Amino acid sequence: MKRTALTTLLMATSILGSAGFAAAQDAALTVESWRNDDLAIWQEKLIPAFEKANPGVKVTFAPSAPTEYNAALNAKLDAGSAGDLITCRPFDASLELYNKGQLADLASLPGMENFSDVAKSAWTTDDGKATFCVPMASVIHGFIYNQEAFDKLGIKPPATEEEFFAALEKIKADGTYVPMAMGTKDLWEAATMGYQNIGPTYWKGEEGRLALIKGDQKLTDPDWVEPYATLAKWKPYLGDGFEAQSYPDSQNLFTLGRAAIYPAGSWEISVFNTQAQFKMGAFPPPVRKAGDTCYISDHNDIGIGMNAKSKNPEAAKKFLSWVASPEFATIYANALPGFFSLSSTPVKMEDPLAQEFVSWREKCKPTIRSTYQILSRGTPNLENETWVESANVINGTDTPDVAAKKLQDGLDSWYKPAK
Amino acid sequence: MAGDTENRRPFRWHIAVFLAPAVLVYTAIMILPLFGTLQLSLFTADGHQSRIFAGLDNFRRLFFDPRWSATFWNALWNNTWFFIIHMLVQNPIGIALAALLSSPKLRFSAFYRTAIFIPTVLSFVIVGFAWKLILSPLWGVAPNLLDLVGLKSLFVPWLGKEEYALTTLGLISVWQFVGIPMMLIYAALLSIPDEVIEAAECDGITGMSQFWKIKLPLILPSIGIISVLTFVGNFNAFDLIYSAQGALAGPNYATDILGTFLYRTFFGFQLQTGDPYMGSTIASMMFFIILTGVCLYLFAIQTRLRRYQF
Repeated sequence: MKRTALTTLLMATSILGSAGFAAAQDAALTVESWRNDDLAIWQEKLIPAFEKANPGVKVTFAPSAPTEYNAALNAKLDAGSAGDLITCRPFDASLELYNKGQLADLASLPGMENFSDVAKSAWTTDDGKATFCVPMASVIHGFIYNQEAFDKLGIKPPATEEEFFAALEKIKADGTYVPMAMGTKDLWEAATMGYQNIGPTYWKGEEGRLALIKGDQKLTDPDWVEPYATLAKWKPYLGDGFEAQSYPDSQNLFTLGRAAIYPAGSWEISVFNTQAQFKMGAFPPPVRKAGDTCYISDHNDIGIGMNAKSKNPEAAKKFLSWVASPEFATIYANALPGFFSLSSTPVKMEDPLAQEFVSWREKCKPTIRSTYQILSRGTPNLENETWVESANVINGTDTPDVAAKKLQDGLDSWYKPAK
Repeated sequence: MAGDTENRRPFRWHIAVFLAPAVLVYTAIMILPLFGTLQLSLFTADGHQSRIFAGLDNFRRLFFDPRWSATFWNALWNNTWFFIIHMLVQNPIGIALAALLSSPKLRFSAFYRTAIFIPTVLSFVIVGFAWKLILSPLWGVAPNLLDLVGLKSLFVPWLGKEEYALTTLGLISVWQFVGIPMMLIYAALLSIPDEVIEAAECDGITGMSQFWKIKLPLILPSIGIISVLTFVGNFNAFDLIYSAQGALAGPNYATDILGTFLYRTFFGFQLQTGDPYMGSTIASMMFFIILTGVCLYLFAIQTRLRRYQF
């Protein structure tokens, strides 16, 4: 009896031991991300495609909530418990991680040659020597509209600002739809979907953005204040109680067909496609006068890098090279219409709404969000302050001039442009 | 003789042994981090990896840099207002509920007691989320209910308006925590001996005047304890504001309290990277504020409270 028990035990340990050995041959990689919406796409499409091509590497996608991601990631990296692959926020948040030695330099990674310098700009050191994340996707700002509502009221997608406000007025007068679905409760909607959406038209995209960084322009200049003045004019067209309307509220308001226009980022496309029961269209931020050049915010939004302390650097690099490949770009861009590949090879997309957004790249001049590069390095943080002030302007708490002055004062308190 | 035995008594090791687990755990998870935070607040980053000693520079910055000090005083005032709401609303209601519950004539008192206490055990996240939904201008219960009685015009997007947001959150917190003062006062009321009440009745003191003249003085020490608990809880508050309004505590920082200010500074938020040194400075200030408040209570109020021995 005793002997049997002992034998069983020995056999069990030998089996378990060999099982452990087998597992050790598999390199396990964990991906840190804030895109918890993408969990299904990673698990069902991306990871199987990679694992099929690279047997012996197991990938786990472990996202956290978007608003908590940066804080959680920093804490995990400091504690040494972060995953092998790190989804990179654009610009300074990731640069800081690289400077702290937490992200590895990937400049020599095979596959990096598939990206232009502009695509890599969000994840390159100021001197351009090191690139620490593989660019995955950018997002484009614009307006998504309810096609049925527009047809019913006989409105065409507006091209100029005048037409834009005329359309809003018409929707409001009709009363069936809330003209525009946006709230100010979560603050960032007002800044990202409002100010950064319509702003590039005023500050002429890259021209204004770079001048701001150089110190040639100030946020109190007309080019930067006027978008606020326009934003303030949105107030009467927002829904009842928009001050307490949160971001998911706005999304639902639009997808339930209760609102006609949604100031959007292209990342909404995949969510809206599954939720909205009506046909949707999109138009770029309206220009001020007919014939003006249009500018869009085509913002490098998401990249992926390697934890410098990863236990499986070889497997992680293999994965990153795959992310840089056209195969990944095609799967990703089609699985997530609205996240546009930054790869130099064009990617064919099926989704009509995504095609509409990406077509603006040809007729409009692209830029990235004005507050992201360099200008949000100090305290007070320009991006966060822009959230608060954009909401204040729409709520009527601050006039456009006061808001602009507050932002410029905050920037002046720590930022000295290189002369 | 008695002194002799005491002198000869060996060192009582068992006391140390029994105290050790609690002392060790408390030291490891409370006292060391506390001193670690206080220490960290005296340092600053030098732009690279290492940290350098900065003396009281961080505190100077917090109080004299116009931006930092404006945010700090705004948060401190909001915290104070949050505390005032609790003292003016939560504690009187708690006492009133306890007085009602301890009335022997009340039926179903166990049911009321449980029902009122249940929100206290709910998670902040649930409370914040539920109230956000209740007060939502789009699908909330509040606007619909007001509409039913024809008072829709009274509805305001409370959580989105600078002038109401903090008070609304204060009242939500009161709703959640009113069970705690109620339970403590209820226990205190039950511990008043029947002889005292009977004696009062013999002297013709009944009803309301019995509460004011006999019971209230007897439960004053409990009210004191509750005030201190409220003070400590409110000045450490963070969760409700964070779950309902986010780390930027909008609109326009109207609901920013020391807890959210600390979180934003220490861990960073969105594009802002965390600054553990300034964060520790704020945490230290919170500690000093709470310490001062508790000391004030201990030395100025508690020593003057009269204790009644039964």
